[in-house]
Amino acid sequence: MKAILEGSHAAAEAARLCRPDVVSAYPITPQTHIVERLAEMVADEELDAEYICVESEFSALSACLGASAAGSRVYSATSSQGLLLMAEVCFNVSGMRQPIVMSIANRAVGAPLSIWNDMQDSISLRDCGWIQLYAEDAQEVHDFHYIAYKVAEDHQVLLPVFVCFDGFILSHTYEPVDIPTQAEVDAFLPPYKPYNMLDAKNPLSMGMYATPEYYMEFRYEHDKAMARSADIIRKVGKEFGQKFGRDYSNLVESYHLDDAEVAIVAMGSISGTIKDAIDEMRADGKKVGLLRIITYRPFPAEDIAKALKGIKKVGVFEKNLSVGARMKGCVGYEVKDAINDSSVSVLSYVGGLGGRDVTISDIKKMVSEIEAGRGDCFLGLRQELI
Amino acid sequence: MRELRIHGRGGQGSVTAAELIAVAAFKSGVYSQAFPAFGVERRGAPVQAFVRFSDTKIRLRSQIYEPDYVIVQDSTLIKDVNVFSGVKEGGIVLVNTEKGLDSSVPAGVKLIQIDATKMALEILGVPITNTTLMGAFAAASGEITLAALEEAVRERFSGSLADKNVAAARAAFDLIKGGA
Repeated sequence: MKAILEGSHAAAEAARLCRPDVVSAYPITPQTHIVERLAEMVADEELDAEYICVESEFSALSACLGASAAGSRVYSATSSQGLLLMAEVCFNVSGMRQPIVMSIANRAVGAPLSIWNDMQDSISLRDCGWIQLYAEDAQEVHDFHYIAYKVAEDHQVLLPVFVCFDGFILSHTYEPVDIPTQAEVDAFLPPYKPYNMLDAKNPLSMGMYATPEYYMEFRYEHDKAMARSADIIRKVGKEFGQKFGRDYSNLVESYHLDDAEVAIVAMGSISGTIKDAIDEMRADGKKVGLLRIITYRPFPAEDIAKALKGIKKVGVFEKNLSVGARMKGCVGYEVKDAINDSSVSVLSYVGGLGGRDVTISDIKKMVSEIEAGRGDCFLGLRQELI
Repeated sequence: MRELRIHGRGGQGSVTAAELIAVAAFKSGVYSQAFPAFGVERRGAPVQAFVRFSDTKIRLRSQIYEPDYVIVQDSTLIKDVNVFSGVKEGGIVLVNTEKGLDSSVPAGVKLIQIDATKMALEILGVPITNTTLMGAFAAASGEITLAALEEAVRERFSGSLADKNVAAARAAFDLIKGGA
């Protein structure tokens, strides 16, 4: 059924239809509307789940970890400082291979305090061992939750997933979303079958000491599982497409790359603005294309290299800053590594931080900079403030 | 694609208005997108909300700088905020005003003045003007049908509150249609 609703409610509806046994979260802007809606659903008996109220994000994800270890399907959501407060638990969840799904309404990290959007929060947790998906619009926000659970719970994977989407820009925007029925979701996402779980009759421990003789192999297996997840995401994304008509079998999306002389690489909702900018530039005869990264982890290096083959000028739009890094943004390095060709110029452009609006005209300026070979810089700074 | 920018003050329901107009547009059969200017909400402070209408899927995510339509919920904003900024030639500006406007709109822009506060007080009993202005917008722009707007209002409000808001929207719609 097509409905028009807020991005946050598109996330909450998907979470409900995934039938989680346990929800635990702590409200933080701009994630708040998601968990408010889920709390209402539980109170109104639209969702048969245990909603565990806690006093912090650390406790929220800890409660989720315990519930998941006990064999429950578990959901949470957070943003910004809330995610960073969970950082330690994030490593424990993935290390214990618990398939928790958590929505991240991406928000800048203080100080200075900002409630507005960028991707510093989830990109700062790049190495915490979770799969990271980035949605472009509310439909993907919705659909990615179904794919996330199915991939996470696959016994070839058993890894938790961040479903990331731009705070406010997607979380607080109303737009049309196609929402499947419960029966359709049930047919796609069967009940959770834990690989193992805490059980008093069959005792086991999770997350125990791994002495130097064992620790490295756990990390190796974790990395192998992440590598395996790429194909599982493709398979599940394809199956989703067959059932619901929206194919997610690719870890990247190509837009007008075939004959492109300049490529922009981006993640998330800014890709929509970039597509409109590309249409305008193409009407003026400029051969520009977009490569959108959907899975930041696992990083789709081969897909990126293939999609950008033959393009000599690449610019990466970055909603994050690695303070002190030569390229400034984190994503650019891996794109450069994926291309691995010294004749290709790969430059980073840090923009949209702390909710700074990014317009079509900003994207056109970025393309001029890519063409001129100037980059690894901030985009859209107010010179009068510097 | 057509774009609407709503100027109001915190507490006047600008964001709700944007959402309901987007819902009504969706029900009228076009793609729509509504979002607030993401400020820190304070009662009385100037706020903005935005709506896009399109026959194809909307991908653009930036704020709206060159609107086809502007709704000004409170004419006292005009001295603080450049509510007419970037309005396209041939565009429509709808202003809620009691006394009439003494400032001029840009050339080629159609100005529609309506005493929505008076209408809201008469019909709703409170000076909340957003449903009244939505009815006026429907009539002035043709972007949403009155039937779709009524449906959107009834989904958001219930009982006599819904009836009163529908009556307010309809009265403003008829007033603008009659005067146009």
